[in-house]
Amino acid sequence: MTNQVTLTIDGKQVTVPAGIGVVDAAKMVGIDIPVFCHHPKLEPVGMCRMCLVEIGRPMRDRATGQIVMENGAPKIQFLPKLETACTNKVEEGMVVLSQSAKAKDGQRGTVEFLLTSHPLDCPVCDKGGECPLQNLTMAHGPGKSRFLFDEKLRLGKRVPLGDLIVLDQERCIQCARCIRFQDEIAGDSVLGFDDRSRSTRIITFSDPGFDSVFSGNTSDICPVGALTTRDFRFEARPWELESAASICTQCPVGCNITLNTRREARASGDFVVKRVMPRQNEEVNEIWICDKGRFAHHYTDSKKRLTQPLVRSSKVEKSVHTSWDAATQLAADKFLAAKENFVILASGRLANEDLFNLKSLADRAGGQAYLYSRMGGGEFTTQVGVGAGTNFANMGAGTTIIVAASDLYQEAPIWYLRVKQAADRGATLIVLNARETKLDRYASFVVRYAYGDEVKSVNDLAKSEKIGEAFTKAENAAILFGSDGLGLDGTSNLAAACAKLLQDTGHVGKPNNGLIGVWERANDQGAWEMGFQVAEDLAEILRGKSVYMVGADPVGDDPALATALEGAAFVAVQDVMETATTEIADVVLPAQAFTEREGTLTSGERRVQRFYSAVPPTGESEADFAITARLASHMDIKLEGKSVSAAFENLAEAVKSFEGLSYAKISEVKPQWPIVGRGDMYYGGTTYENTMGLGAHLTAAAQGGETVRIPQVQTETAPRPKANELLAVPVNKLYDRGTTVMMSANLLRERIGSPSVVLHPESAKNLGVEGGQLVNISFDGVSGDVAVKLDDTISVGVVLVPREMGLAIHEPVPAQVRSLVKVE
Amino acid sequence: MSYIVLRHRDIPDLNKLDVYQKNGGFAAFQNAVTKMKPNEVTDVVKNSGLRGRGGAGFPTGMKWSFIDNKNWPHYVVANADESEPGTFKDREIMEGNPFQFLEGLALASYAVSANVAYVYLRGEFWQLANSLDRQIAEMEKAGILGDKLFGGDYSLRIYTHLGAGAYICGEETALLESLEGKRGQPRVRPPFPPAVGLFGKPTIINNVETFANIPMILANGADWYKAIGTADSAGVKVFSLSGRVRKPGNYELPFGTTFRELIYTHGGGVQDSRAVKAIMPAGASSSLIVVNDEKVLDTPMDYATVRTLGGDLGSASVIILDDSVSMDWLVNKTVHFFRHESCGKCTPCREGTYWMSNIIERIHHGQGTTGDVDLLLNVAKQIQGKCLCALGEFSTMAVVTGIERFPQDFKNAVSPAPLPPLYVKKNEGMEKV
Repeated sequence: MTNQVTLTIDGKQVTVPAGIGVVDAAKMVGIDIPVFCHHPKLEPVGMCRMCLVEIGRPMRDRATGQIVMENGAPKIQFLPKLETACTNKVEEGMVVLSQSAKAKDGQRGTVEFLLTSHPLDCPVCDKGGECPLQNLTMAHGPGKSRFLFDEKLRLGKRVPLGDLIVLDQERCIQCARCIRFQDEIAGDSVLGFDDRSRSTRIITFSDPGFDSVFSGNTSDICPVGALTTRDFRFEARPWELESAASICTQCPVGCNITLNTRREARASGDFVVKRVMPRQNEEVNEIWICDKGRFAHHYTDSKKRLTQPLVRSSKVEKSVHTSWDAATQLAADKFLAAKENFVILASGRLANEDLFNLKSLADRAGGQAYLYSRMGGGEFTTQVGVGAGTNFANMGAGTTIIVAASDLYQEAPIWYLRVKQAADRGATLIVLNARETKLDRYASFVVRYAYGDEVKSVNDLAKSEKIGEAFTKAENAAILFGSDGLGLDGTSNLAAACAKLLQDTGHVGKPNNGLIGVWERANDQGAWEMGFQVAEDLAEILRGKSVYMVGADPVGDDPALATALEGAAFVAVQDVMETATTEIADVVLPAQAFTEREGTLTSGERRVQRFYSAVPPTGESEADFAITARLASHMDIKLEGKSVSAAFENLAEAVKSFEGLSYAKISEVKPQWPIVGRGDMYYGGTTYENTMGLGAHLTAAAQGGETVRIPQVQTETAPRPKANELLAVPVNKLYDRGTTVMMSANLLRERIGSPSVVLHPESAKNLGVEGGQLVNISFDGVSGDVAVKLDDTISVGVVLVPREMGLAIHEPVPAQVRSLVKVE
Repeated sequence: MSYIVLRHRDIPDLNKLDVYQKNGGFAAFQNAVTKMKPNEVTDVVKNSGLRGRGGAGFPTGMKWSFIDNKNWPHYVVANADESEPGTFKDREIMEGNPFQFLEGLALASYAVSANVAYVYLRGEFWQLANSLDRQIAEMEKAGILGDKLFGGDYSLRIYTHLGAGAYICGEETALLESLEGKRGQPRVRPPFPPAVGLFGKPTIINNVETFANIPMILANGADWYKAIGTADSAGVKVFSLSGRVRKPGNYELPFGTTFRELIYTHGGGVQDSRAVKAIMPAGASSSLIVVNDEKVLDTPMDYATVRTLGGDLGSASVIILDDSVSMDWLVNKTVHFFRHESCGKCTPCREGTYWMSNIIERIHHGQGTTGDVDLLLNVAKQIQGKCLCALGEFSTMAVVTGIERFPQDFKNAVSPAPLPPLYVKKNEGMEKV
């Protein structure tokens, strides 16, 4: 129990936790003290002077130290000057006057000062309508300016800080919220002030500019229209926007988002998504989202969307439009005929309801259902996955977090933030990786292993004196494992080793303990929960089969799989967009994007969360679960295809870990701190309040007391390259050339970059290449010419190959690399 | 009486280590380190009545006793940022009598058990930094600085650090930020540096002149020092005299010396024998003291008495203004200085100094109205009491006292009847100024 302090704010007696600032205390009891620079997630700085109030404290006798009494109550002594309510912490017996004539005069003065240099271009400002400066001016400012209009400073109206954020120097009020967010929250200190006095301005000192994957958040907490995103700049007025609650589908974090939509002529008057905003969920993403989640949504209304069912009579002909009934009937007939040769390949982008219908279809038709993923280990996360009630925000001193084989900054940025903050709060962070990652900066211990030794290094952890103790003796311990430098086998083995470590040390079956998979896709965890497995040799499995491919693009991803599919008996592809796989499909079934339908997703933290439809469906597309049900009906299998909540009920009945969950339960909300929302934008920023559900955790098998049998695993997994070879190692890149990202390439082009591999300078020297020059790399039937980037923090003898950047790499593999530099 | 702080005026070549040592130099430091407990040094300084010479006049010994002894290490920082217009005493001390200053810094470090001390110099003092570096190296060679001094356990290193030319870095918390390699902007106080200072550790910051007094206090005793000056303000002060006087310069005089003595006996009187119109006792940050009565000149200069005239003695950089000076000219000068030097961190100072400079510019160039004078006064008062540090406050001192105490100067500067508003766009609904 924290200490409580009782004070009086504007005549109201309030009891709040000790150590908090007066502004926050007032907010807790519904009193709004105006602020610009203060933000509840940032350290107070007292810069803007908007929260000036009168503060009185009980007077103490100088000699005795006793509180002086007057008429039976402590005598309150006020300082002659106004004080900032943000920097002053609450004290017992304090008296705060935020509405006195003196305080209001101070606040009015600050607004007037701020407006002297402000352009007042609200009519053309993106922030107009949701602008703290606008709102606080109306509430606290003078009605007229005494500053001469012609003396206003003329500054840069369009200063790009990076390729995503544009600064308007005239609108900026120098509150430093953006700088402090980058320093304190993101840990990417790339912004700062330049010059001084009235010439003070925000600059970026990174190259490329504003080099952070969290940059969009600064525009949310900017209290004026100074920071706008390239995505939303001049796109719409805030009051024209409708909003729909949703969940980001870009990674397994499951950030709560709000989709802002507006009717547009280009959509024939229909609603389109205008911007993606964070929606508060303090247990998941707080009030932040990463730039990929914010900007890579454009694929949902791209021209490459599939709009109608297609069918193709022979391999050489083009697909033609057909009816839903005809298309699904045809596929159903093929699948019925295939019997045990019926294979479903589903991706983790699908909702729980979709996956459940697919699994049910496979089970009942006697086929097989596989998860299309290059990561294994899900059988462990379902059993010793983090326990219900897990919340990174509660991890601090006493908690140990291991991040194994994952570059969290690139794979799951918001988890990176959450883990960093847990470390800031005193949690012990152990980073295990073969190479340096950004998270190393916050680690108490960094363990480096050679590629292939990841399992060994996990097994050895407990033996190491200091690190072992930090883990085994921790009150709570969680492990996040990823696929940095690892393929399917590697991740499966690593997950097993991590699961064993957790189980052996008793860190399972309770909140803030257990295993988290840093999966490729948003709902891989959901698929694992429903019993989907990953195929060891997918090419072998696909050959000769009748395949129902949902949300997966194996042809585009891997030449080996493309070849395998050429030999398939029948291929039905159900997807959102045209892909290389839809090109070869016998039947194409157009699915709705997550923006167009309802459903639920299971995050890597095993939280089931609900997303809602924001825009009407594209063309004739239908929701995945409905298409599957339609197809199944032709096979005389009855699946829920109309009501998504009924489909979820079926799931909750059938799958043990979903037991007890319902749409009603996951739609519950409770008050969250800090208070955010439309009326509180001056305080928390333009982040949306969560009114549509905080989601609910699945229960791990270990929580029911089950002990997990963990098989012995190989301790060495990576192949050893020959003398003339390098070990090609897959790494993950946030902005890759994946389909969803490429559709937002206008915005993200610079961040995506061109295909490249990373070499140690010494390896490059041996090959006779320099940074930026071209090499040919070939491995495992894949060959490509790519540019070289140099990084002296990686090992000599390896070449890092980013996934989804033009070279199909799945696991560590020996590679031939040769220079393409012409010798004169 | 011989000099206490400006002893180099009595003793030639005092900026040479051997000369300084021959004249008793570092005896006080050696004596303190070998024979006194740290808190005994603090007690002597406390009893001497020495007050900080940087401007605020805070009792030095008391400041030292505030150091947080639960948090280590401790640091001592010499504020050699000397940036107040009209102040030039620290420079002379560091040029002429550097070892006495460094000995004072060493004594202070010993008193608070700091093993590292810094001298933060304004960027323009780079030559001084070079010579101090040489002198510090000489001291290390002579065994006066370094590890395990005088056969005991106490170690001390002194480093110099150059600022980049910002007035605000004379403010102690901005100085600390700058010293840490950050942007020189003031921190929110409290906590004060003796609790949370350099690199988050307890830190004592004093002015160069303050440190320069300390060896003599330790050598001659608290009572000797206390006997000089007045009951309110003990000891001597180096007054930097400038403005319309015949002999501007530094004058080391006991507190309680009258303005008249400073101006006429030492400063050679006012140029062209004109009458003193106003005095700025603390540089550009001063309130303007009206000299409408000869008695004002007979006021003894100590912290308490100067306050009765409606001003602060501050760093005692006394600027003399004669009757040829119109106060709108003066205010234009000071406001432009503060506009240029505002660090930009807090709103009232950043925006207010800019606004004030626009208004005074109009007034001074004859384009102002009586309404502008009222507006200027009002804006200045709107700044007062709202800022993060004292800079914003300082920017208003000359403005408010100038307008209130010399109203005629401003009346003369503006046209009696409101001029057509030159700068105002005649937008519908916009009020004319």
